[in-house]
Amino acid sequence: MIQNKNIALFIPCYVDQFYPNVAIATLELLEKLGCQVSYPIGQTCCGQPMANTGYERDTVGTTKHFVEIFGDYDYIVAPSGSCVLHIKDHAPAIAGMEKEQESLHNKIFELTEFLTDVLKVENLKGSFPHKVGYHASCHGQRGLRLGSSSERNEPFFSKAKQLLDQIEGLEWVELTRTDECCGFGGTFAVTEEALSVQMGKDRLQDHLTHGVEILTGGDMSCIMHLEGIAKRNQQTLKFMHIAEILNQAIS
Amino acid sequence: MSHPAKASEFLQDAAKAKWHDETLWFVRDKRDTISKTIPEWEELRELASQIKDNVLANLYEYLVQFEEKATANGIQVHWAKDAEEHNQIVLSILQKHQCKAIVKSKSILTEECHLNPFLENSGVEVVDTDLGERIVQFLNQPPSHIVLPAIHLKKRDISELFHEKLHTEKGNEDPAYLTHAARLHLREKFLGAKVAITGVNFGVAETGEFVVCTNEGNADMGVHLADVHIACMGIEKIIPRRKDLGVFLRLLARSATGQPITNYNSHFRSPAQGKEIHIVLVDNGRTDQLAREKFKNSLKCIRCGACMNTCPIYRRSGGYSYGSVVPGPIGSILSPGLDLKKHSSLPFASTLCGSCTDVCPVKINIHEQLYEWRQEITKAQGTNAKSISMKIANGIFAVPFAYKITGAMMRGALKILPDSITYSGLNTWGKQRDLPETPKETFKDWYKKNRS
Repeated sequence: MIQNKNIALFIPCYVDQFYPNVAIATLELLEKLGCQVSYPIGQTCCGQPMANTGYERDTVGTTKHFVEIFGDYDYIVAPSGSCVLHIKDHAPAIAGMEKEQESLHNKIFELTEFLTDVLKVENLKGSFPHKVGYHASCHGQRGLRLGSSSERNEPFFSKAKQLLDQIEGLEWVELTRTDECCGFGGTFAVTEEALSVQMGKDRLQDHLTHGVEILTGGDMSCIMHLEGIAKRNQQTLKFMHIAEILNQAIS
Repeated sequence: MSHPAKASEFLQDAAKAKWHDETLWFVRDKRDTISKTIPEWEELRELASQIKDNVLANLYEYLVQFEEKATANGIQVHWAKDAEEHNQIVLSILQKHQCKAIVKSKSILTEECHLNPFLENSGVEVVDTDLGERIVQFLNQPPSHIVLPAIHLKKRDISELFHEKLHTEKGNEDPAYLTHAARLHLREKFLGAKVAITGVNFGVAETGEFVVCTNEGNADMGVHLADVHIACMGIEKIIPRRKDLGVFLRLLARSATGQPITNYNSHFRSPAQGKEIHIVLVDNGRTDQLAREKFKNSLKCIRCGACMNTCPIYRRSGGYSYGSVVPGPIGSILSPGLDLKKHSSLPFASTLCGSCTDVCPVKINIHEQLYEWRQEITKAQGTNAKSISMKIANGIFAVPFAYKITGAMMRGALKILPDSITYSGLNTWGKQRDLPETPKETFKDWYKKNRS
């Protein structure tokens, strides 16, 4: 029973700083679904920006800290595919903590996969009468396999769609390029600024062309980038994390 | 110039950049459609990947077997440890036959070895016979894509070029008309060449034969008219058995262009009477790459170009932005092995989106290798002020409550990145994007007030 499990909320540092509402929505959503959730107050950045920039070896400290903070929980849930992928794939091995790390990798989940695979949510009761476009973040999509990849010959699936389809009135909008990168890419967003912005503009256009009203996704980093471009260009699209949509719909 | 600078230049012409993106996306889309008509597509990729793993694990044995069989078939086998040796071997064969004009079908290896300028400096006329390659050769440019060498040019560019070089009608942009003109021009060159050079797609160890794939039949046209055929082959192009071709030929054309099969898959086994076949087996850094555990499987590449067509960076920055013979994602994991300093910005020319890995017909983990090259590049820079500042940043993140400086995270990262990719300065986020509004309290503060 999930009620007896200790679930830790892992909130990426930039979500804590810039998007507290996404973290609150994640917490409230899990609570509504019957989970005992706590937020280990000592948590810090997972180290991904450094590792992706070529300094994985210098993230031993953050990784060790992460294992110490989260190691004792039954589950760790984060509203971010990217940070979860980092912990699973790129956090360096810490000598003497191999067992704890391995166990951690098996109990850390991105929010939508926790809902579909662990809680097995099948019957959300709620309404959200809007046309929603889903931005599949690459780390969630191809890293954690939260959805079928357009490059591969495999049956369609999408954990996000599985959840959003349960909400009354919500219209899932099909895009032309279903899982193309938005161009955020961490430090890429600044080191390759011109490309990053062009990629973002192209993603936005795909959503706008198909009449999307609200662009959602599982990673605020992509959304921060896309929303930043849309605002600068006075585009009327709205942006919400999937946790915010689900939490608002079922309240 | 580094990748970001060149990419930014490419994007200046917004209409052309959009066209480039859409043209290559069209090819990727064709590839998606046709690959999905093969129910066992993913098994084929797995099989191809495993065959190539086997080849890389036993490369020495397969190469020796290939040499024995090929020699027994009457092919003359040469070994070249680097580009220079390769070029010398080719030149010595040409000199032996007093050949001053050759035709050449598409070969990325000869681009890698810079064979054309080498031969031209030695007084040999080189004519690339693949249409796209001939076009870029007229312009004195390298190919911008390994399968579609002139994909960066539009019909109008070709029309103007052919008007100048082949005296076609001014302003006539009809592809059939232009292709016909190129055909007439190339026919003359085919007829005049005593030696034809080709690349090699697959060398079969079991039989000593090799296979050359072209859509235009230009390799065959050159080889059959010439007295001497020189085939230039990277040592990683070996496959164990002829029947393995059934796996690779199905994957190659579908991945490359979305065709069910390449138009001409020609097998060369032994020379016709009175003719010669030479094969030059080239290392040029391949055994070094094979010795790099994390990067060796980049040698599985069959040069289909699918990773370029799918790459959101390549599509929007063009082949020349990479400044390497093989551009795009695969080029960005091959090139640093050849010259780490020169190509240090390439592994960062990626969002690590992983599309290249999922599209690759031999399942090379391209985006993971890009990540690994980043680690190597920062190591090669040594411990200096930059990496020390990252350690300080790491210290900040490791201390609870002290990491509240997300802005400093970006600034910290910028300080330690290779200079070649930080051309754009510190305050780049806000140039074309709004920053998120700073909320009145962090989640941490909210949580303390409301839950604990």
